[in-house]
Amino acid sequence: MTQVPVLVEPEIEAEHERPHKRRIRGPLHFALIAIMVLWAIPAIGLLVASFRTARATNGSGWWTALVPPYQFTFSNYDYVLNRAGFWESFLNSMLITIPATVLVVLIAAFAAYAFAWMDFPLRNVLFVVVVGLLVVPLQVTLIPVLSLFRDFQIGDFKLNGTVLVVWLAHTGYGLPFAVYLLRNYMGALPKSIFESAAIDGAGPATAFFRLVIPMSVPALASLVIFQFLWVWNDLLIALVYLGPQPDNHPLSVTLANLTTNFGGNWQFVTAAAFVSMIVPIVVFFSLQRYFIRGITGGAVKG
Amino acid sequence: MSRILLAVLVVLAVPAVLVGYILLVETIVVRLGRKVAARIRPWLWLGPALIFLGVFLVYPTVATFRRSFQNRRGDAYNGFENYKWFFTRDDTLIALRNNVLWVVFLTGGVVVLGLLVAVLADRVKYERVVKSVIFLPMAISFVAAAVIWRLVYDLNPIVGTLNAVGGVVDAGPIAWLSTESINNFMLIIVGVWMLTGFAMVILSAGLKGIPTELIEAARIDGATELQVFRKISLPLLAPTTAVVATTVIIFALKTFDIVYVMTNGNFGTEVMANRMLKELFTNGQEGRSAAVAVVLLLTTIPVMAYNVRKFRQQEAER
Repeated sequence: MTQVPVLVEPEIEAEHERPHKRRIRGPLHFALIAIMVLWAIPAIGLLVASFRTARATNGSGWWTALVPPYQFTFSNYDYVLNRAGFWESFLNSMLITIPATVLVVLIAAFAAYAFAWMDFPLRNVLFVVVVGLLVVPLQVTLIPVLSLFRDFQIGDFKLNGTVLVVWLAHTGYGLPFAVYLLRNYMGALPKSIFESAAIDGAGPATAFFRLVIPMSVPALASLVIFQFLWVWNDLLIALVYLGPQPDNHPLSVTLANLTTNFGGNWQFVTAAAFVSMIVPIVVFFSLQRYFIRGITGGAVKG
Repeated sequence: MSRILLAVLVVLAVPAVLVGYILLVETIVVRLGRKVAARIRPWLWLGPALIFLGVFLVYPTVATFRRSFQNRRGDAYNGFENYKWFFTRDDTLIALRNNVLWVVFLTGGVVVLGLLVAVLADRVKYERVVKSVIFLPMAISFVAAAVIWRLVYDLNPIVGTLNAVGGVVDAGPIAWLSTESINNFMLIIVGVWMLTGFAMVILSAGLKGIPTELIEAARIDGATELQVFRKISLPLLAPTTAVVATTVIIFALKTFDIVYVMTNGNFGTEVMANRMLKELFTNGQEGRSAAVAVVLLLTTIPVMAYNVRKFRQQEAER
């Protein structure tokens, strides 16, 4: 059992289809399509609005744009994409989001493994504290942490305002959920695999990298999706820790600056929303293939 | 260009450093003998997480707790004054009541719909399409979500989607966001729209972890699909559902963005997180703001107690 679980080919799925399932197909398709339509309508409204002028959107419903005469315009996208600093901030978003995601996932996986499979005093108390920290509103932490970092300086290097501090902050804020999710998943792995690994002479590090990580892939994939999304869309932490200097600003800050203080220019927000959605959606799509039945080789009891 | 180089370097270096840390820990720990190793190993594996949590969450929480017993300027303690203020005013108690509404209805809606979509989509060929559509709202920023839902709820039936639909069936336009008996639910619907994708992704991952042999065996024994779901999938999904429910309850308690961008707490839609920020930034009442944050923290105690019990059970069953 020390072998890495084999990924079951999706074709096997298809063979599992049984004729008697066909009976309930009608209502099933109806329910799914109804939910999809309900969920899509607001998003379609946003998409349509992003191709219309502000005057058109304020003057008539978005659905009226779907029939001729068509009056779509690319001007909102044109404005957003050609703004100074757009591509720099796109790159900054990547530079902030990828390390912040990797940091959270790995550090949380170490901690979750310790919480689930190691014995130490105060384990449950400590775990409750970690999960309890989920509820701490971000906003209350900002002032104490900022003043803590204000005086932090090594030589010429100041921590506040750097990308490094944004990574660290996102890691800190993302950890409670990450540890909670992974500990729950890892705790449900069967004990027998750890026992046989230990008999084979594998230490905790080997068991962790060769068994726990491959078997936790569905949970890790969902964690990557959410952490990536949260960091990518985050406005508050970037604004507070990076300060007003535009050099390091991620996409979310640059796009939020499109609107004026009086809520004007909101039509650009609609276009900006779709532009900035592309990367998280690509991440979601590329990780979907890990949500395949049998990836754990039937070793997880749920 | 140097920025791209830095990006590539960082993407390779960050995981390398972390994996290197664990390998280093294990090389050192193994040399210390079995007993000592077993005692210090957990702390070294937990170390990085505890440091991050300590700096970014524990330290500010302790500071907030202390601050909640101090006066406005923060130069003297005033006992339970700030808490007395919170529990004796109508507007703060309305915020507390609304958070209860959010906890019940957001959690109920998100968990039920997430479970439904995860289970139903699991049976069709276009599963990825369904999941992508439900997931989409999660990727939309709050600012953009507010723009679109304002269009949906707009009072003017020429622009507002809901009132336009209402006009077709001859129902008068309704002020969805300022009518006190319904506006909280209208805001919660926006939350359900945004968060169902979250529940769906996690529950779907849990569903894929259920061994196929179990379900196949039940089907061969002649169980109907509904029985398979109720007797096998649902019980095996219970731990994952509890994780999702706990997380959504906490989201509901922390609800801020939707309320802030759509009503800013007017018309009886105030919630605690928004109130906390108003006290802090608009009213300059740091002590009261801290007290609201502490009340928010304390409301999670029942959820936490439930989780401890659950983990004890999980360990006992091993």
